Formats: sequence, C-alpha cells, structure tokens
Amino acid sequence: MRLYQTDDELVGALRRGEETAFATLLDRYYGPMLRLAMTQVHNRAHAEDIVQEAWLGVVQGIDRFESRSSLRTWISHILLNIARTRARRERRSVPFSALEAGDGDAGPSVAPDRFFPDDHPRWPHHWASPPRSWGPSPEERLLSKETQGVIERAIVALPDTQRAVITLRDVHGLTSPEAAHLLGITEGHQRVLLHRARSKVRRALEEYLGDPLR
Amino acid sequence: MRAPPVEMACQELVELVTEYMEGTLRPSERLRFEAHLRRCDGCTRYLEQMRQMIAALGRLPEEAIPEQIKQNLLQAFRDWRNSARG
Repeated sequence: MRLYQTDDELVGALRRGEETAFATLLDRYYGPMLRLAMTQVHNRAHAEDIVQEAWLGVVQGIDRFESRSSLRTWISHILLNIARTRARRERRSVPFSALEAGDGDAGPSVAPDRFFPDDHPRWPHHWASPPRSWGPSPEERLLSKETQGVIERAIVALPDTQRAVITLRDVHGLTSPEAAHLLGITEGHQRVLLHRARSKVRRALEEYLGDPLR
Repeated sequence: MRAPPVEMACQELVELVTEYMEGTLRPSERLRFEAHLRRCDGCTRYLEQMRQMIAALGRLPEEAIPEQIKQNLLQAFRDWRNSARG
C-alpha cells in the first residue's frame, strides 16, 4: 500500500509528527525545489542554501498551512520568497552586467529567413525551410541523456524570468494561474514569457536533432 | 487598423502557437489557425514538435536529495515535533 497519496494525508501526518511523512515530502520535492531555486540564483551553493531554508520554513509553517493552495504550491511559495531575498543580496554583490535579470529579447520565434518574404508571388510568409523530421521515434530521442542535456543547457541559457516560467509550467506542470501567482505577474505576461522560452528551447533542440547523424 | 488576411501564414502561426495551446486565442483566430494547420504540413509538424518538446520537459529527471541533507532536515523535523510536544 502506498502511503500519503493526497495532500490531506500528508499534511495530517506531518502535523501528527510522523517522520515518514516528512521523509516522503523530502524525497518527492527536494529535486524540484532545487531546480526552482536555480531559476532564481546563479550559484548552486546559494540554491542549496535556499532549499534548506525553505524546508525549515515548511516545518515551522505546517500548522498554518491552509488547503487553499496545494501543498506543492505552498512549498514553492515559501521557497520563492526566500530566493527573492537572497537574489536581491546576490545582485548587490555581483556586477550588474554579469547577471541577466528581466524578460529577455522580443525577437521572432523562428528566424525570418526560414520563411518566404512578403513579395513572394505564391507563398509570402510561408515556410521556405519547414521543420525537418526528428526521426521515426522523436519521443524516444527526446528521452536520451544527450538530448536531455541539450534541453537542460537551453533552459540554463534562458533569461531569468523565462527560465522560471518554463520550469514552473512545462517541467513541473503547474497551471497558468498557479505559475503567474507564484511569480507575481499577470497570466498574460507569463504567457509571453512562456512563448519566448519555448521558442528558444525548441530552436536549440532543432539544431541538435536536425543532424541526421545523431 | 488593417485586418489580417483571411488565410493565416506560417510566420504568423508560429507566433500564436503558445496562445493556441493555452486556449486563449479568440474564436476567429483559432478557426484561422486550425484552417491553416489542415493545409500545411510544415506547421502541423511545428506544432507536433512543440508538443513533443513540452512532454520531454515534463520528463526531465530531478536530483535526489543528498543523504546528509536529508538526515539534517529530518533532525530539524524531530526537533520541531519534540518542542511542540513540550
């Protein structure tokens, strides 16, 4: 029998002081929290500190948790509050130009030379070089260690807020309102950031997978 | 403001992909989007690859908690529990 399947079961067990419940929480969410912390600071040791501080906040706050949000969202919220404080401190001690806060560029999702120009006689703005196939089993290729490495590097290369949005939405599967609320931005703004982030990661993947020898 | 041409072109579609998947396109835009998809292999593949990529993002492995950190945090939990029980 699998223990602690619902938030309610977990929260109840935590409040009763059941250590196995907390161990379950740690196993389940440490990794995602570390990834989330890495979207907020650039230093891995700082990210690990943030995660540990967040867990202490979870322990101390578990009696006050109300089921208005999911346990997962609540833990993420604690972590992001701590991370924001630390990120402010980090920015003060690192030269401004070395960090890329902000939304990033507003360039096109696909390079314009991939499309026919406006004055093309038959197909203006249609694909001139359409996407190449990713092979007979793209889902399989996308699961390989090498391809996951390409994806991870593409995520790290994103501007901070784009990285945060794509992590919350696509890596962690939060909903649009959940992600927007956690980041303190509107859903519309979040959607724009998500679009840019996905376009960039897709470009990196296309470059990698487009090579027929891989 | 000039209305966009009736048929959507590929270069426009790729900028609307996220909104389409989020379900936030206006109904008229969604119809144009889907009409174009039906007649464009390139855009059909673009959308398909975007979906495959998003699925792959959802399957990225997460790191396991280092044992020492886990023990430290479990101890913190015990300390909290024991102080609460007074």
